Amino acid sequence: MTVVPMVEAELFEPRRNTDTVVARRLDVREDPTWARLSVIAVTVIFLGVFIVLPLLNVFAQAFAKGAAAYYGALSAPDTLSAIRLTLVVAVISVGANALFGLIAAWAITKFEFRGKNLLVTLIDLPFSVSPVIAGLVFVLLFGLQGYLGPWLSDHNIKIIFALPGIVLATIFVTFPFVVRELIPLMQEQGTEQEEAALSLGASGLRTFIRITLPNVKWALLYGVLLCNARAMGEFGAVSVVSGHIRGQTNTMPLEVEALYNGYQSAAAFAVASLLALLALVTLVTKIIFEAHIAKGRTP
Amino acid sequence: MSRMSSTAAVIRRKSVIPGFEITLWTTLFWLSLIVLIPLGSLALKTAELSVAQFLDVVTSRRALHAFELSFGLSFAAACVNLVFGTIVVWALVRYRFPGRRLLDAVVDIPFALPTAVAGIALTSLYAESGWVGSLLAPLGVKVAFTPLGIFVALVFIGLPFVVRTVQPVLEDIDKELEEASASLGASRWTTIRRVLFPGILPALLTGFSLAFARAVGEYGSVIFIAGNLPNVSEIAPLLIVIRLQEFHYADATAIAVVMLLVSFSMLFVVNALQRWSEVRLGRRP
Amino acid sequence: MKISLVGISKRFGNFVALDNVDLEVRSGELLALLGPSGSGKTTLLRIVAGLDWPDAGEVRFDGEDALNRTVGERNVGFVFQHYALFRHMTVFENVAFGLRARPRSYRPGEAEIRRRVGTLLDLVQLNWLADRYPTQLSGGQRQRIALARALAIEPRVLLLDEPFGSLDAKVRKDLRRWLRNLHSEIHVTSIFVTHDQEEALEVADRVVVMERGRIEQAGTPQQVYDHPRTAFVHEFIGESVVVPVLIEDGEVRFDGRSIGIDPQGSPNGAATLFARPFDISIVPTSSENTLTGVVKRVHGIGPARRVEIALGSEGSGTIVEVVALRSQQWRIGDFVGLRPEQYRLFTHAGRGAT
Repeated sequence: MTVVPMVEAELFEPRRNTDTVVARRLDVREDPTWARLSVIAVTVIFLGVFIVLPLLNVFAQAFAKGAAAYYGALSAPDTLSAIRLTLVVAVISVGANALFGLIAAWAITKFEFRGKNLLVTLIDLPFSVSPVIAGLVFVLLFGLQGYLGPWLSDHNIKIIFALPGIVLATIFVTFPFVVRELIPLMQEQGTEQEEAALSLGASGLRTFIRITLPNVKWALLYGVLLCNARAMGEFGAVSVVSGHIRGQTNTMPLEVEALYNGYQSAAAFAVASLLALLALVTLVTKIIFEAHIAKGRTP
Repeated sequence: MSRMSSTAAVIRRKSVIPGFEITLWTTLFWLSLIVLIPLGSLALKTAELSVAQFLDVVTSRRALHAFELSFGLSFAAACVNLVFGTIVVWALVRYRFPGRRLLDAVVDIPFALPTAVAGIALTSLYAESGWVGSLLAPLGVKVAFTPLGIFVALVFIGLPFVVRTVQPVLEDIDKELEEASASLGASRWTTIRRVLFPGILPALLTGFSLAFARAVGEYGSVIFIAGNLPNVSEIAPLLIVIRLQEFHYADATAIAVVMLLVSFSMLFVVNALQRWSEVRLGRRP
Repeated sequence: MKISLVGISKRFGNFVALDNVDLEVRSGELLALLGPSGSGKTTLLRIVAGLDWPDAGEVRFDGEDALNRTVGERNVGFVFQHYALFRHMTVFENVAFGLRARPRSYRPGEAEIRRRVGTLLDLVQLNWLADRYPTQLSGGQRQRIALARALAIEPRVLLLDEPFGSLDAKVRKDLRRWLRNLHSEIHVTSIFVTHDQEEALEVADRVVVMERGRIEQAGTPQQVYDHPRTAFVHEFIGESVVVPVLIEDGEVRFDGRSIGIDPQGSPNGAATLFARPFDISIVPTSSENTLTGVVKRVHGIGPARRVEIALGSEGSGTIVEVVALRSQQWRIGDFVGLRPEQYRLFTHAGRGAT
């Protein structure tokens, strides 16, 4: 090996920090104080103005005409039927997607097969489709001038402008929520435990109920939570397929729109505040669930 | 059992876990029913139009303007979210300050809040009588019922995408890299610029694409604060709705197809970006 | 460059990482900080680098206070345990990083940078990898690039944190030899941290044995092996036979009986006998006072036999392993005597009589 001329080049004199005599005893990974303060300030202001302020505004406007008006708005018959409809739609959609989610996650994570990636991409499709388009496709199928329109009206079946249409559109937009939460966890957990149960003589169904389900319960609940929040709050897709008939085919978000466009702003915000509360509860529960899921992961 | 061996052997290796057939076919059935067939009707409808008719619809003055508005404002909003999202995620991940956890939860609000609620909240806030609108009015700035209002709404709903996509990547960066850079004599700014930033760049671009894709299709948050005047402040999704109400299904479909093409291109870009970053940063050979 | 550490102390919460450590590192020497995990060796290294700060004490580079400077200003070359190569940069860009990161007035021109990087890559014999990315390299190659990168800034001291820890045994052996050769060429003061005593003894000019935040002994590999100063060093370095004994009336006793060896000036009381397995002879028992025991197992092939002996007349005590010549035939059940030819006695305090 050749001798390396380490002394050849002039020795680099290390830079001396002439500002301070005593070195700043900073962790090498810390940013200077002025930078930290500005970044934090910008963060607080940006989040405060763009996110916190609108949220606060919801509640401020809801109570703008006083508490009596608030409760009055919530107990109006149209509002109550909107709440009822929203709940019914949510229960059906979330239930369907939860069941589907479990089945799909089982097929995807416990087996190897070609086309798996394609399947997952297809399941994810509803995420990248605008809600309006989600509503559009069902109108194309079941609307009065849709492909099945004439057949449906012959048989007196109403899908668009009625509950079934709203349910279908909601199921579409919330389709991937539960599956997406289940897949990573189930993939990580692998098939060992199920194989052990089977080797001990348990049937497939029993294995699924006694072994798989308990292992994924937090991810399942989390997916259900997110699915529900979206199902109850969906506006675009439902707006297209609903008839906007107050008291009949208006979900809560649509009722909010109806009230707002009808210049009953405070009432609109009152109903909106319920949805906002739902969002906050969802967020809080999400944080709790995330802690549980983190614990459930293999270390 | 023979049915199992024929299909099973074709599709996959033998597995001791039961239920493959039934779960896979159920999945495919449900997927087709809810997603594929409805989306298929879109394709079918589009096929009814000749190419000339299709181009007529999507290049009409009103449609072009709607596209310009939707894509243009979505892009601008995603850019703003890129810049401020980076600042926010930096503060949330690298610094400790009182209220940090709360702010972290706040970032999720646009995800969780129903779009109609966000829509009316933003409108009343930025209207001339609202808290912010009243501050801006003397300066001659009108936000509600103008494209600027649409922009604000799109920034609102896009922010979590950038932050949440970059956050795990920033959290995972090896601290030894920063120490190495410092030990080699780099200044703090150089370390950030040349070592840390390239590490999060793929995630930033992914977050940007997601924010953009979401903004393009957004309806509920925007429909109240936009003026909804054709050729001025009408977004593409609204145009689709209007055409539907007029029973011009084919027109609505044509516009939807253009929007879908843009969304899917974005999806493709995001996927490619993620794969590129995984190769570059060595998580995949 | 000479490094002086005086009175270095550091705690992390309640845990004492370093306890009043003094150390002189001579200019140009290759020094090993050796010890088990938690001994403080990595903390000490990081303090020298400027990646950590001591609670008390002085660090001087050639007499100048180093604590006054940040890690970047100290001009140290630090090689991290997991290499910390920049994955988004090529090998060339990694090595050039330190040079390019200098402020404009100190930065060499591009041509000069290319030349220097080329020389360094030749030095580590990896010039052909210049355009590859770190993820395309093997562990051993990454380690050498990390070293080249640290050397690029012409550091006054080279600091290596468990440099070979995450490599295969064979690669480790090769790189050890390679590092030793490299050092004899470039003569930069170097300190490396390891928990592998074989590595330290083979590579270093001097070995500093650390335990629980203190320096147990500092000396050449020969000194540390042949003349361990404390029980810990004796046991940590090389193999040891350990027998608890009692010093009474100038005699060394085991199991109540004198074992006929010189107490080496140790005070009365409990003590521990340390010896190397091949420094103990097995002798037939006789009327002499010796350490006795019963052969339990004989194994090993080659020039030496390993004999496991249970101490005590009943053969029920501690089991020690001793090396015997092949010519000696010992069988299981044989009642034998053990005579330590070379040994140390460490009293309760852990330090032997000098």
